[in-house]
Amino acid sequence: MKQFEALTRKDSQPVRYLIVDDSVFARKSLAKMIESFGGSLAGEAGDGCTAITEYARTKPDIVLMDITMPQMEGIEAVERIVQEHPEARVVMVSSVGYQDNILAALQKGARHFVQKPVKPDALYEIIRYVLNDDSVTAPVGAGESSR
Amino acid sequence: MKMDLIQPFIGSLDTVLAEMMKAPATIADLAMEEDGYRRKGVAAVVTFKGQIEGRIVLDMDPQAAAKVASCLAGAEVDAAEPIVSEAVCELANMVIGNAVTQLNDRGFQFKVFPPSVLTEEQCAKAGQDSEATILCFETASGNVYLNVAMHYHARRSRERGPVAVA
Repeated sequence: MKQFEALTRKDSQPVRYLIVDDSVFARKSLAKMIESFGGSLAGEAGDGCTAITEYARTKPDIVLMDITMPQMEGIEAVERIVQEHPEARVVMVSSVGYQDNILAALQKGARHFVQKPVKPDALYEIIRYVLNDDSVTAPVGAGESSR
Repeated sequence: MKMDLIQPFIGSLDTVLAEMMKAPATIADLAMEEDGYRRKGVAAVVTFKGQIEGRIVLDMDPQAAAKVASCLAGAEVDAAEPIVSEAVCELANMVIGNAVTQLNDRGFQFKVFPPSVLTEEQCAKAGQDSEATILCFETASGNVYLNVAMHYHARRSRERGPVAVA
């Protein structure tokens, strides 16, 4: 997989991600992408309920959240996470990308949206935007740059 | 069934297969479902409700399914491995999600439910008010079948029906 310039936090530590998706493959695929961004995996969840507890436990820098999931869908999970942790940065990652869904997610506190199948370049730019937006820098790190 | 409702599913499958399998897919056959759909390989079903309701079955030859699983996993996956069906579910999720997004842009509203693995050899026949179309796509790794069965929700059907003139 293409290696990107490492996205790091201000304290030079890797950005920590929580990946929420009911598909094991989607989680694996996203985990590989964040590795190529220089990030680290803080935790995984397969549904919205687990995402809430995993967020509280791991306090990640970024949450990548699917929408259509069993038990509790992503939009409700975003709402509950952001209510408890207003600083949470959640990026929705879903194959269902119609406007109502996107608007609902943004209204509940999500910071951005990316449609599946996820293109690594697009996700990288979105994460960089979301991190910068919250005063976390993205300096050129040790990752091999091909951009 | 109107082809303009099916077209988004064809376009979406074509795009997603090209992205996942890194090779083009061509439509080899299109047929109407006569009886219940008979599964051919590894299959997943996704249902959706809203102004149009129905279900989609994505059914892949085992080698084609293994190819998708390998692409998603980033490592070679054997067709016999149980995770192959999980990969087909994720592919179905992408295909249906992208298609309903296009239909939503045209004014139809949906709720899509999570995909599940289709284990039965034969599906129940689509309901009387549903028409089911089976599309066969050829890929370098084997065939991919898309069974689309859907109908207008009753209220919407009435809205679209002829208006009585007094």
